Amino acid sequence: MKKIIKYIITDILRNKIILSYTAFLLAISFTIFSLEDNSTKGLLSLLNIVLIIVPLISIIFSTIYIYNSAEFIELLVSQPLQRKKIWLGLFTGLAGSFTIAFLIGAGIPIILFEATAVGFMILAVGILLSIIFVAIAMFAAVKIRDKAKGIGVTILLWLYFSLLFDGIVLFLLFQFSDYPIEKPMIAVSMLNPIDIGRILILLKMDVSALMGYTGAVFKDFFGTTTGMVTSFLILALWMICPLLISLRKFDRKDL
Amino acid sequence: MISATNISKQFGKLMALDNISVTYPAGECIALIGPNGSGKTTFIKSILGMVVPDSGKILFKGKDIAHDCHYRSDIGYMPQIGRYPENMTVGQVLEMMKDIRNHRGSLDDDLINDFNFKSLLNKRMRTLSGGTRQKVSAALAFMFNPEVLILDEPTAGLDPVASEILKQKIVREKEKGKLILITSHVLSELDDIVTQVMYMQDGKMMFYKPFDLLQFETGENKLSKAIAMIMQQNQFSDIL
Repeated sequence: MKKIIKYIITDILRNKIILSYTAFLLAISFTIFSLEDNSTKGLLSLLNIVLIIVPLISIIFSTIYIYNSAEFIELLVSQPLQRKKIWLGLFTGLAGSFTIAFLIGAGIPIILFEATAVGFMILAVGILLSIIFVAIAMFAAVKIRDKAKGIGVTILLWLYFSLLFDGIVLFLLFQFSDYPIEKPMIAVSMLNPIDIGRILILLKMDVSALMGYTGAVFKDFFGTTTGMVTSFLILALWMICPLLISLRKFDRKDL
Repeated sequence: MISATNISKQFGKLMALDNISVTYPAGECIALIGPNGSGKTTFIKSILGMVVPDSGKILFKGKDIAHDCHYRSDIGYMPQIGRYPENMTVGQVLEMMKDIRNHRGSLDDDLINDFNFKSLLNKRMRTLSGGTRQKVSAALAFMFNPEVLILDEPTAGLDPVASEILKQKIVREKEKGKLILITSHVLSELDDIVTQVMYMQDGKMMFYKPFDLLQFETGENKLSKAIAMIMQQNQFSDIL
């Protein structure tokens, strides 16, 4: 498995997208921090990048990468290697490269300008989101045989997680505004890893007062250690579930 | 060496393999013959574990191959269309396979020398022609001295010289007592190698018998003529 990871990472490095992604993150984080005199404002801008760009790049790059490695996977499957190890090697290679890219691209500026609890929370959420969206990409790529369709579906998934889901939540909020739905809202937000990340970071920033009563309920839940641990556990589930399902599928896939 | 019992595989509505049972002993050279789409490649891929059959089981040296992978270190596989990572060079692919296979014992680089790979080693896979890719596939299949060789259309796309080199190599390996499984459309070149013939049609195994028996039954010396004869007989029996 180590060998597979080694070959995947060398291959990813050879194709320069991940390097440009790192450079892009570095450039944008430095710009943001040096433009704003108040670094909390900088963090807020960075937050949007983390929540939108990071999932987008991870999911699209990983999906295309997996489809393009079809030959490589086929070659490996005909060799004395376990299928599980091939798939996990692919996942580790992709998730590892994205984690390192994010650590360098956003981690260095954050540590330099804003080495606070909020900064580290953004860092943690960014890394988790990178890995989660690699896992979702692997799930989509193993499920759908056709490359164009697979990439289309992952773009839709990203749209769903970053835009549509919030629309649905807002719709629910307005429709049921006469009822006490703050607590069910916590449960609903767990259905979207990007939302969990956003709430975790916003609450660390102490701007929850802006969110009114909902904010207070959220603070009650996410502010406590139990709430934090639960939400990180849910994020971990978002990582493990797609990966395990894709692993089971790949184990029985005809190549 | 390899035995399959009641292997069936369905792709959607298409019955790719229909209840195939067969045993291949070591030291034989088996020609797997059949029209396009008769399930030859699917059958080969099920032996390699690349296609998972819906039912039935395959034993390799008496062990079930399902959820096993180690048996594949005894198999050299040359695919019909060799597909390799596009931006690796030929040399890198060879090195990677050595690394992944973790082969103990000597490597067989006959084909690498005979095909004159020296000038190719630094070329990227995507720049290679179909025939050169086939050469790489062939070299990889033979490199680790496997006990079983599975060759899917080995000479398709090779020039006559390379084709002859490969054929000589197959003869030499056969003399070492290895089990060799070949599918080919160009039947004439199999004549002097083949000992058993397995004929498939529409996912079913029509027959599996020694080549000399087939020659005797049809009265034809050449494999291609013998097969043509059988196909005609089949058509007649269909009409009747």
